[in-house]
Amino acid sequence: MNIYKYSGYPRRNGSVGIRNYIAAIPTVGCVNEVVSRIAKHVNGVVPILHHQGCCQLKPDIGTVTRVLEGLGKNPNVVAILLVSLGCEAVNVKEIEKQLKVLKPTQSICLQELGGITKTVEKGIKIAQSLTSSIPNVKSENKLSSLMVGLKCGASDATSGIASNPAVGVAVDRLIDNGATVIFGETTEILGAEDVLVKRTVNNRVGSKILKKIEEMEQRAKSMGVDMRGSQPTPGNIRGGLTTIEEKSLGAIIKSGTKPINGALEYGEQPSGRGLYFMDTPGREIEVLTGLASGGCQLILFTTGVGAPQGFPLCPVIKISGNRNTCAYLKEHIDVDVSTIISGEESLTEAGEKIFREIVKVASGKKVKAELLNYDTNGVNIDIYVKGPVI
Amino acid sequence: MQKVLIINENDNVAVAVQPLKKGDEVDINIKDQEGVDKIRVRQDIPFGHKIALKRIKKGERIIKYGQTIGKATKYIDKGEYIHVDNVESTKGRGDLQGK
Repeated sequence: MNIYKYSGYPRRNGSVGIRNYIAAIPTVGCVNEVVSRIAKHVNGVVPILHHQGCCQLKPDIGTVTRVLEGLGKNPNVVAILLVSLGCEAVNVKEIEKQLKVLKPTQSICLQELGGITKTVEKGIKIAQSLTSSIPNVKSENKLSSLMVGLKCGASDATSGIASNPAVGVAVDRLIDNGATVIFGETTEILGAEDVLVKRTVNNRVGSKILKKIEEMEQRAKSMGVDMRGSQPTPGNIRGGLTTIEEKSLGAIIKSGTKPINGALEYGEQPSGRGLYFMDTPGREIEVLTGLASGGCQLILFTTGVGAPQGFPLCPVIKISGNRNTCAYLKEHIDVDVSTIISGEESLTEAGEKIFREIVKVASGKKVKAELLNYDTNGVNIDIYVKGPVI
Repeated sequence: MQKVLIINENDNVAVAVQPLKKGDEVDINIKDQEGVDKIRVRQDIPFGHKIALKRIKKGERIIKYGQTIGKATKYIDKGEYIHVDNVESTKGRGDLQGK
């Protein structure tokens, strides 16, 4: 096997899918039930259920629109069924226009079709016709067409000394091969910002990262409480992480050592290749959604005490450096790097193991979350909004 | 197998990569101010948690990864267990505003 190439589905716009999904996207949470029923009837249709899209302030509606578009644009998506209520704040026509130029996209509206029964019937018919158009021809592709997202969840002290540094090694390898990598979790940079800013390609990128961190800290402070108890989480503290600074330093190690080319808004697609920062919170569900919207075909997820999450549109590779977790939660962990702590494997060897797994998964190997059918119901999705629901 | 892991040579804490028992003697392969490269563990320390490599004064910075992870809220003796009872964060402290 050539470890510098993977076999994927070439798309019209030059991107490459590593999975083939039809995305059924509600433009507002009000029609989740409709989308859910359609998806249950047609194989290969992934419901993208979320709770946003109306009664929110303009910046948040902008974010929701950007993310719904971004999820539709994700290379793993071959075709899209948009389902709208008809009176939501999100601009459905605009989303449809943006997606239509890229891939087969159809739109249905509950208020126009006359209720849930007719909308579900119509949706099933459209979804079935979209299924028949799924291409199955694969081609060999360079790693430069790969975009990989990073996330750590249910961290403990092993995350910062084993799985995150090992992922950092794999990330450096990906970047050396022309791939793109996005890391987020703004909260978990707090306390490690100086180290990160030194790696940005220019002051503009550095200032934007600092601004995002400051905004996040201000929002936490505005509640008039100590962030401890929320970040690090009680589980982190039980695992041995004392402060957010400690968690952050252990977290940013997973971004490797390469220059940071840009700072993205939540869910924004990078304009070039290489390493990017994305403004996201720390919570799994919003991070995975943001990374998928950014265009990541695959996500690396390091965990200490163990997390089960997958994401409906992207394979999520679980990596742990905690020997107990690797044994006890075996059904969730794809790559065991506890060997770093026991001294059986070097950091470089463990990083290489992760790199090879990335190429295999990109070529179609199923990750544990996929084998477990984690979230084929599309509920492990949510869009990060900063303002109130009004 | 090693008992503790020191990530950066400037760190004043190490991570227990095995559960440590009070009274254990741990080899750290780094000599302190007095030329000693062993530490007597003063409290039980769970796997993944931290042990003080030096005496740390109240208010002094706690260093891991070669960076500050917080400050000591009381005097910490060499070999003591380091966690939320004797270290506090310096970030996101809305509770300290206006004080």
